[in-house]
Amino acid sequence: MNGTTPVLSLKNIHKAFGGVVAIQDFSLDLKAGEIVALVGDNGAGKSTLIKIISGVHKPTSGEIRLDGEETAFSDASSARERGIEVVYQDLALAVEQPVYMNMFLGRELTKKPFGLLDKVSMRKECQELVDELDVRIPSASSTIRDLSGGQRQGIAIARSAHWASKLILLDEPTAALGVAETAKVEELVASLKKKNLAILIISDSLDQVFRLSDRICVLRRGQQIGVRKTSETDKNEIVSMITGVDS
Amino acid sequence: MQAALQKIKTIDLQQSIIYVGFLGIFLFFALTLHDDGFLTSRNLTNIVLQTAPATIMAVGLVFALSAGEIDLSFGSVVAVSALAAAVAMQTGPMFLGVLAGLGAGVAIGAFNGFLVAYLRLPSFLVTLATMGLFAGIARSMTDLRSIPVINDSFTGIFGSGSLLGVPSLVFWTLGAVIIGHVLYRNTKFGAHVLAVGDNPRAAQVSGIKAPRVRLMVMTLCGATAGLAGLLYAGRLQAAKYTLGETDLMTVIAAVIVGGTALKGGKGSIIGALLGSLLMGMLNNGLILMGLDVSDQMIVRGLIILIAVAVSLRDTSR
Repeated sequence: MNGTTPVLSLKNIHKAFGGVVAIQDFSLDLKAGEIVALVGDNGAGKSTLIKIISGVHKPTSGEIRLDGEETAFSDASSARERGIEVVYQDLALAVEQPVYMNMFLGRELTKKPFGLLDKVSMRKECQELVDELDVRIPSASSTIRDLSGGQRQGIAIARSAHWASKLILLDEPTAALGVAETAKVEELVASLKKKNLAILIISDSLDQVFRLSDRICVLRRGQQIGVRKTSETDKNEIVSMITGVDS
Repeated sequence: MQAALQKIKTIDLQQSIIYVGFLGIFLFFALTLHDDGFLTSRNLTNIVLQTAPATIMAVGLVFALSAGEIDLSFGSVVAVSALAAAVAMQTGPMFLGVLAGLGAGVAIGAFNGFLVAYLRLPSFLVTLATMGLFAGIARSMTDLRSIPVINDSFTGIFGSGSLLGVPSLVFWTLGAVIIGHVLYRNTKFGAHVLAVGDNPRAAQVSGIKAPRVRLMVMTLCGATAGLAGLLYAGRLQAAKYTLGETDLMTVIAAVIVGGTALKGGKGSIIGALLGSLLMGMLNNGLILMGLDVSDQMIVRGLIILIAVAVSLRDTSR
C-alpha cells in the first residue's frame, strides 16, 4: 500500500434530505493505522456521515475515494465488499446464536461437495481471532445471550476487524458500557491500529476521544468546524468548537 | 475436563426438557397401560404412523417460527392439497395427483409468504385469514363430499405400503426430519432463518435478504402441509375437507414443547419430532385408558398447557 495515499478520502461531501441540509461541504482524509474521532452535538450529522461512508446513504454531491480511486457505493453490501465495516451502536448481533455464527453472519463458510456449513473452520477461525484480540469469552461456541455487554461489544469489534481490509467505522462503541468494560474496548480499538486499518470513531466522551484518537474532527449542524491533531489541542478548544461558544 | 464442564453448562434446559418429558410420559404409560397393550410393537408403530403428517408439518413450522413468523393455515392447506390430489387422480395418473397436492401446498405457502415478506403483513393475521379462506375453498371444492383415492401405487407410497417391512410413512417421517435437520443446522439457509428470527436488523446489515428468507419459510410450511395432505389421502384412501382440521393445536404444541422459541431465533427439528410423538403418545394413551372423547380433549388440553408453560418458562430472562 502506498503510504501517502489516504485509505479514505472525502472531498466536499454534501448531503441534503429534501430541503434539509444534513452535511455541508465535508472533507477528510483517513490514513491506514490512524484513529480519527468524529465529535459534535446530537444532530450535528455524525451518524449521517457514517451512513454515507458505509454506503447506506448516497451523498448529494462530493467525492469519495477509496485508496485513491473514486467510488460510489450502491448499498451497504458494496461498501462491505470493498473492505469497510461498521460497528453499530446496537451491535447487530443475533443473541441466541453462538459467537462463531455471529462472526460469520451472512458470510458463513461452507465446505464441498454439498455446500454444508463448515462449523469446525468457523469455530476455529473465530477462536483464533478472539484470542489474538484478547476478547475474553468462555469459548467461540458460547451463546451471545450469556455474554456481558463488554464481551458483546468485543465480538462486534472483532467481527469488523476480521472482515475489514481498509476501514472500520465505530458508532458510540462504549455508550452502554461500564468503566472497566469501556477500558477493555478502548484497548481493543487501539490494538486495531496495528492491523493497519483506518478507524473513524464517533464518541460522546471527550476523555475517550483524547485517549484514543490521533486526530479530532468537529461537526456542528452539518458543518465541518475543523480538524485538530489530538496532541496539539485540548478539551477546551474542542468544546468551544462543538458548541460554537468561545471559552 | 474443563471443556466437558463447559459443555454441560451450555446445555439448554428449554431444549432438553422435551427429552425428559418424552421419557417421563412414555414410562408412565408403559407402567400404567402395560396390560392394555401400550407397549406392543403394533401400538407403538401405530403412534408413529398416526403422527407422520403432524411431524412433517412440525418440521415446516420450526422454520417459520425460527424466522419469527408463524403459520396457522396449514390445517386448511392439508385439506385443499388432499382434495386436489384426489380429484386429479380420479382421471389422471399418480404423478398428476402428487403434483396437484404438493403444488397446492407450495402455491398457498408462497401466497402467504408473498404477503408476509413483501407487503410486510403480520404472518399471524395473514395465515389466520388464509386458514379461513382455504377451509372455505376446501369445502366448496367438492361440495363437502369425500373423494375416494383408488390409485394403488399412490395409497402404497403415501399410505399403507411398506419397504423391507418398514412402513412407508416411517420413511416419509424420517426423510422430512433428517432433511429438515440438516437444512436447519448445517446450511446457510438455516443459519439465515435463525438470524432473521433472532435479530432482523443484524441479519439485514449483514447482507442477509430477510424478505427472501420469510418467503422461503412460509413456502416451506405450505409444502410440508401439502405433503401431509398426500399422506392423509394415502392412508385413509380418501380425501375430505375435514382432514387436518384438528392438527393446528397438535403441531404448534409439538413444536413449542420441542424447544422452538415462539419469538424466533431458536429451535430444534429433533425436538419437534419428539414433541409430535409425545402428542401422539398422549392421544393413544388416553384412549387406552378408556377416557371418552370429551375427557380426552380436556386432559390433552391441560397437559399441553402444562408442557408449553414448562418449555416457555425461562424465555423471558
